[in-house]
Amino acid sequence: MAALGSPARTLRGLLRELRYMNAATGRPYRETAAYRYLVNSFRAHRVTSEKLCRAQHELHFQAATYLCLLRSIREHVALHQEFHGKGERSVEESAGLVGLKLPHQPGGKGWEP
Amino acid sequence: MWRTCLRLRDEGRRLLNGPRRGLIASVRPAPNPPTQARAYAPPTERKRFYQNVGITQGEGGFEINLDHRKLKTPQAKLFTVPSEALAIAVATEWDSQQDTIKFYTMHLTTLCNTSLDNPTQRNKDQLIRAALKFLDTDTVCYRVEEPQTLVELQKNEWDPIIEWAKERYGVEIGSSTSITGPSVPARTREVLTSHLASYNMWALQGIEFVVTQLKSMVLTLGLIDLRLSVEQAVLLSRLEEEYQIQKWGNIEWAHDYELQELRARTAAGALFVHLCSESSTVRHRLLQE
Repeated sequence: MAALGSPARTLRGLLRELRYMNAATGRPYRETAAYRYLVNSFRAHRVTSEKLCRAQHELHFQAATYLCLLRSIREHVALHQEFHGKGERSVEESAGLVGLKLPHQPGGKGWEP
Repeated sequence: MWRTCLRLRDEGRRLLNGPRRGLIASVRPAPNPPTQARAYAPPTERKRFYQNVGITQGEGGFEINLDHRKLKTPQAKLFTVPSEALAIAVATEWDSQQDTIKFYTMHLTTLCNTSLDNPTQRNKDQLIRAALKFLDTDTVCYRVEEPQTLVELQKNEWDPIIEWAKERYGVEIGSSTSITGPSVPARTREVLTSHLASYNMWALQGIEFVVTQLKSMVLTLGLIDLRLSVEQAVLLSRLEEEYQIQKWGNIEWAHDYELQELRARTAAGALFVHLCSESSTVRHRLLQE
């Protein structure tokens, strides 16, 4: 069995991802179908006994997987926008990526016409 | 440069398919080459053309509505999914697109489309064979001989999951350091084939997708049987890369980028398998008076 931590923590993480998603569109995240479905299924599968319940574990595993999916997509898109998909970089930017700077000479390099 | 390569490939394909025009005419570019859209390279992004995303329950399952239009697959079939949770996840994917629709982030939609259209026209046996092919070259069965720290790392991290798989399915899975890889007994293959045959087509598409992401049948089984979380499975799949990162440093735009993409794809595949293979039986607990 994979250790997943507490279900409340997973739910909080999922709600945070929903907030990120709906922040851009400006609509409250509590009105989305995903919010209602998640909260309902977390409520429905809440069991009070301490015994290991297979169905509950399965649901928690799916929730954790979904959380991983949403979080990874968000971070992947952020990295994609930062580094990829904008065509070729300028020489300065390429140098900056590896921590270098282009040489700068105030009076010109001397060989220009 | 990339564009030239594609154009060259295009020319080559035309030559292979048999010259429609004269050979010379096809090799020499026309003075004004017509700008034709490439059928095999769909646009990666397009404008968000809808406001609201909704779900309706139809005859074949759950459907997605974009405003008042029904979502269709690339082959123009009606987009229907068997489970409500999957439909909600797909709708959330469409709803979370901002100004442009980024198809490369919509893994669940992609998986549903693949299952609905089955563009490669494969049947169940072919899918199982394609997934099991990875067992011959399973990531966790290939070991290095040096450096010593990596040898020990692989032993400590990969052996427990192999032991688990052996016990769970009652099969023999060996590991090897040679380039030809471990030899897989015929019985292992039979047992796993019959195990995979118990899944339906949708789940199998998802399993094959996860296997090709993780490059490992054993890790996929661990993920499907709730033994490993997605993060653990991805870590084990990238073990050598993680070791090299520890040694030489992390590069955000290569290592982290790949890590997040692999995690997203693996999580999408695993979730897809779970949502498509579960039978939704709700048992209410009897209250004890």
